[in-house]
Amino acid sequence: MPPPEHVHWLFASGFLALGLFLLAEAVVGREVWRKRRWRAYLWPSTMFGMGLAMWPVMVFFTSSTLHMLAHGAWAEVMMVAGAAELGLASGKLRSPLWRLAIVAAFVVTGMAFLVHEQNDWFFQRSAFLHHLLGWTFLAFAIFPLGRVIRPRSALFASGFALAFVVIAVIVFCDRDVAPVFGHLSPLAGTPHR
Amino acid sequence: MTQIATEAPRDAPRRRSARAYVLSAIGPATVTAGIVWALLQPYRLTILHPRGQGFWWLFVQPQLLVILVGALFHFFVVPSLLEDLQEEEAE
Repeated sequence: MPPPEHVHWLFASGFLALGLFLLAEAVVGREVWRKRRWRAYLWPSTMFGMGLAMWPVMVFFTSSTLHMLAHGAWAEVMMVAGAAELGLASGKLRSPLWRLAIVAAFVVTGMAFLVHEQNDWFFQRSAFLHHLLGWTFLAFAIFPLGRVIRPRSALFASGFALAFVVIAVIVFCDRDVAPVFGHLSPLAGTPHR
Repeated sequence: MTQIATEAPRDAPRRRSARAYVLSAIGPATVTAGIVWALLQPYRLTILHPRGQGFWWLFVQPQLLVILVGALFHFFVVPSLLEDLQEEEAE
């Protein structure tokens, strides 16, 4: 079984890939990005796959009911958002309101981060990152929401892409037990790296 | 077929647009970020001191993951996207 921080880094790689795909789409525009069918499916299927991969994390890595519920919620919203975007890409879903699924994913993810972190910001690094990720997801939900209202806006498309890059950077900063800005509660344990 | 020699028109060199330059820079910028991170925190790169490390510490190394994502994106996504972008800009 990999240590939890390794699992976080693998998910961070997934978020980074999502960010790069969406950034490329924002640079070239949706029409060019969708000229090849496989590209239209690229980021939604990555999102859906990350949702699937979250289930074993929920089963094997959660130490409390609250953690289990939070990871389960992330798995569900990522799969729903990925599936909705896949449906839109394939043309099987037509209403642009399906794009609200990714907005819901951001909001639910942010709230789950904030609710399931029981320690304060400077308890240790992972506590800090949980708070930061929670507020980042909630604040950055404005970009997918803007993408629903103004689908051709370069600002919202770029912001949506960069949100995933920022999230990837934050998740890459995760360590099992580590100080944050020199703070580490004695209750957190001993840092091992 | 004709014996009269004609001059073939020379293809005007295509100028790459700003969008093409930005697109081409995303992957290398990501790879550079991974390399800079590896230089700043070499102790996190277990491949540099592999003795006594378990499987996961050798298999999942964050700096290498960043480099891998950037490289895969650059070599598998960007080329066809550049082709399509240039095609669209030529129309």
